[in-house]
Amino acid sequence: MKHLVKRRDILKSSLAVSFSLTTPALALAKTDDMTAAILDTFGRLPKESDAILLKIPPISENGYSVPVEIEVESPMTNKHFVKKIALFSDRNPLPLLAVYKLTPRSGLAKISTRVRLGGTQSVHAIAEMRNGDLISAKAKTLVTVAACVIL
Amino acid sequence: MANNIRIAAPKTVRKGEVIELKTLIQHAMESGYRVDKRGEPIPRKILQKFECFYDDTLIFEAEFHRGVAANPFLTFYTRAENSGILKFRYTEETGEIFEDSVEITVK
Amino acid sequence: MKFKLMVTALILMSCESASYTTSYDNAPTQPTPLKSGTEFLTPETRALQSDSFANPAFLWVDRGETLFFQTPISGQACSNCHTESVRPLKDSATQFPKFNSKTQTLFNLEAQINYCRVTYQQEPQLAYETEDLLALTAYTASRSKGRPLTVAVTQETESNFKNGRDYFFTRRGQMNFSCTQCHDRHWGQKLRGDTISQGHGNGFPAYRLEWESLGSLHRRLSDCDRGVRAEPLPLGSQTYIDLEFYLAVRATGLAVETPAIRR
Repeated sequence: MKHLVKRRDILKSSLAVSFSLTTPALALAKTDDMTAAILDTFGRLPKESDAILLKIPPISENGYSVPVEIEVESPMTNKHFVKKIALFSDRNPLPLLAVYKLTPRSGLAKISTRVRLGGTQSVHAIAEMRNGDLISAKAKTLVTVAACVIL
Repeated sequence: MANNIRIAAPKTVRKGEVIELKTLIQHAMESGYRVDKRGEPIPRKILQKFECFYDDTLIFEAEFHRGVAANPFLTFYTRAENSGILKFRYTEETGEIFEDSVEITVK
Repeated sequence: MKFKLMVTALILMSCESASYTTSYDNAPTQPTPLKSGTEFLTPETRALQSDSFANPAFLWVDRGETLFFQTPISGQACSNCHTESVRPLKDSATQFPKFNSKTQTLFNLEAQINYCRVTYQQEPQLAYETEDLLALTAYTASRSKGRPLTVAVTQETESNFKNGRDYFFTRRGQMNFSCTQCHDRHWGQKLRGDTISQGHGNGFPAYRLEWESLGSLHRRLSDCDRGVRAEPLPLGSQTYIDLEFYLAVRATGLAVETPAIRR
């Protein structure tokens, strides 16, 4: 028994290592649905980057309206600009929340909106740059349950 | 009465200035997941697209899905190049269009 | 042994009912310190409430303003009677529910609006929770934003006050809860993910996140009733208006916050 547990642990850790070496961080996200939605939108998976600032409250008192703010570092010139930003949920029945298409005329790659989140989870923002770079950031929020929910 | 749209944009700006644009529209963004009092499913009806035109140039576009909160709120930016009309257009999945516009003056 | 237990139980029960019948006649009407529902919200929700652009309740306020200045086919516009100097809207919501001497009944804002529609505008009444009634109520109430509630009990409204207070203190529903148990005795404490508020109506009509819409105080009251698994009363019913009156007296001094955001 002891031996078995040990072997299982070794198997797990070696699997994890091989995964992290060969695939981008997002492939390890819990929901395959979200990964599929990202592939559907961008055709590939992004790399996590500090160039995206994603702001979401640590506690959302109601999942029906959670404020989200995304800002991507970019000069927004004709040569270098953010083409597209998409928001994904790793827990909602439909992972893709919204897609924004920007142009050099945007001047600033910054967006605020409000989304519906079906429970505590991470929201992922993915940005596609003019040069083809695909970058992402994620932020977690704890969605509390209202006391007197009337269904 | 049509669905209310709110727009916030500066009236006068300097040429080349990056300005903040805000918009809010009254819409239930009915997800299709809910049921009415009798347990019958409420059919899905959401806004699918938002477009912002600076005069006639499309400068910003958003695609909404069911995870966008009811009465969608959106803030984005644009560089003010000339005096003109900013048109905000929402398209519902039924094809119905809700539109409003504001004028900005570049000094 | 069994007998002793029964006696003890009977004594306990009688104590409970004794403290019950006398508990609220002399009970303080206001919780202290008096706290608006806003104080129980997260900073993000409070920020949304004070944002005069992004607060979605303003979609209804805007619509109400349009309706207020619109002249109906056969009557006159609300703005004909209510100007800045004559019957101004400012501060008027702080006095509601208000006794109407012509009809000898207690009016809340919704009832007053409908009375005006029928009497001065030759327009049909608007049903509760219709977009237009919500919009007009939100607009008129918002004109008193920041002004303290000043509803007081008079000889004419004493029975309404008592009826409303009875409703507030009566246990009901499968859960056998009264309003006072949560909102007088346990405010500030946690109920699942929520902090229990003092149950004031000073922000209504309010945009409730749970509704994803603006809604009246009566809709909120019926949600409370449903929450304790009691049969809710019809919106606009006399008992809900009386309860609204009791709540307004109980909230005297709190500022009108319409259009507020609530959970």
